[in-house]
Amino acid sequence: MTYRRYAVTLIVLTLLLALLALACLVFGSVDIPVGKLVDILAGKGSGNKAWDVIILQSRIPMIATAALAGAALSISGLLLQTTFNNPLAGPSILGVSSGAGLGVAIVILAMGGSLGGLLGENVGSYLAILVGALLGAAVVLIVLIAFSAIVRSNTMLLIIGILVSYLTSSVVQLLNSVATEEGVHNYVAWGFGNFSGVSTAQMPVYASIIILALIGSLLMVKPLNALLLGARYARNLGINVSRTRNILLLITGILTAVVTAFCGPIGFIGLVVPHIARMSLGTSNHARLVPATILAGADIALLCALASVSNPHGIIPINAITPVIGVPIIMYIILNRRRIQYFN
Amino acid sequence: MNNDNAIFTTHDLAVGYRNGKNTVTLLNGLNLTLNAGRLVALLGQNGAGKSTLLRALTCDERPLQGSIMAGGKNLLEMSQKDRSRLIGLVSTERIQAGALTVTELVGLGRQPHTGFLGRLDDEDREIVHQSMVDAGIIGKAGEYMASLSDGERQKAMIARALAQQTPIIILDEPTAFLDVASRIETMRLLQTLAHDRGKAVLLSSHDISQSLMLADQLWLITTDRQVLTGTPADLIKSGAMDHLFENRSIHFNPQILDYSF
Repeated sequence: MTYRRYAVTLIVLTLLLALLALACLVFGSVDIPVGKLVDILAGKGSGNKAWDVIILQSRIPMIATAALAGAALSISGLLLQTTFNNPLAGPSILGVSSGAGLGVAIVILAMGGSLGGLLGENVGSYLAILVGALLGAAVVLIVLIAFSAIVRSNTMLLIIGILVSYLTSSVVQLLNSVATEEGVHNYVAWGFGNFSGVSTAQMPVYASIIILALIGSLLMVKPLNALLLGARYARNLGINVSRTRNILLLITGILTAVVTAFCGPIGFIGLVVPHIARMSLGTSNHARLVPATILAGADIALLCALASVSNPHGIIPINAITPVIGVPIIMYIILNRRRIQYFN
Repeated sequence: MNNDNAIFTTHDLAVGYRNGKNTVTLLNGLNLTLNAGRLVALLGQNGAGKSTLLRALTCDERPLQGSIMAGGKNLLEMSQKDRSRLIGLVSTERIQAGALTVTELVGLGRQPHTGFLGRLDDEDREIVHQSMVDAGIIGKAGEYMASLSDGERQKAMIARALAQQTPIIILDEPTAFLDVASRIETMRLLQTLAHDRGKAVLLSSHDISQSLMLADQLWLITTDRQVLTGTPADLIKSGAMDHLFENRSIHFNPQILDYSF
């Protein structure tokens, strides 16, 4: 594809990112004058302690959390779509997010706490939760690898992912039945999806894991492109297919697990954004697709974050917004699949 | 057979598959040779083991026994990377590359020669261009793979294998989904690549008459699981063609270079 189209797409996505981030700074449940906002960002303070706290410890971390989560989930979706040769794959539809969620629930219960108090300030506890999320995601990915070797059908793999989601949610409910009422309440709230769950203290861990994994995905563009031709061609091009697949799924697992642990199981972003990137670039070449997916994912997540604070009566859960954006796009893609070149 | 320019040989090769604890041997004791500049057609009825043999030769499946030597080394002990510089593959597998342009697809053939990120330099781009010229698909260089006809798509896949710059090209039923015109065109292209470019080309096919007319050598998998090799003329003369199919009611007719009742 033409370089020009790639450059224009990246520039537009970057401008959009800046615009949405700015909008997320300005708009919120508390009105803060733009002049004061500039003062706070310049480090001068607005003279209103509450405003300073809202901007510096709530809105800025939320913007960073959302942008990184969107990028992470979208790359997870892209890697799953290419690895399983399935354009409708994604971390939530294949049950990877629910697996991570189950891991979170089990760790919290094992630590003797309720299911609530997710990701408290205690470093040890939230690292344990992260590990739990990672293991949960890993178990689901291993199940998917095993099934993908047995059932060759793409549709069947999606159904297996959905079944895995049902199974994990039923286990979580069983766990809930022995948890405290407060724990159940917190777990349900976590399930709504939320970009405000990463505190400034947790941000370095959250951000560095995601950024490292995203860099990892950028380094995998060569084998990802080879995999577009299927395992046999990839092998013929000198790619060690099983090792490549393991690395890709490890990156997917890490990205999905971190986002799920901190923000809850967020649907649709991972499934939809790679398609937005492919359609705006007009290519499946991963050298261009990976950067565009990262940016578009951050954009979509910020859009969701903005929508979630747009209600004057309170926060709208992220998982109430993502389907509104995601479902029409997926339907469009399914209805037009014969016309969209990467389906052919 | 002249073995001076042999670039690929099998030694006591046995191929088949493992079915749980049982090992099913389809073909064994194979001592086959591929020569530079020769077009070889592998013929046999369905289930005879054509694909299994090709999968073993491309190291997609481990053979049950024996070795495959190329360039003085055993292919089975080579790294994936080294193998990718020896054998280019064209198979019938469905690919997900509809949104790649022909140039991008052919560029993937450079992967064994490019660096970690797979970036193409000017020399790579020149090779990609020349490969598209050689495969007769240069006119579609900027088109999406999805917009090509089956025949054009096969040419693009052959161009991709050419860009890999391997001395050997192995094709698993390259003409299977093509209409007559594209079939002839593809076979002629492969013949040119062998004769003019010095490639060792091995293809499996169901198209008997095409193979007899255009191949320099045949590998026939007979109904009693032997692999007979030789030039088409020799094999026809020896009556080997009558051992290709189990069905006794059809016979090879040398006049039409095909089977008839």
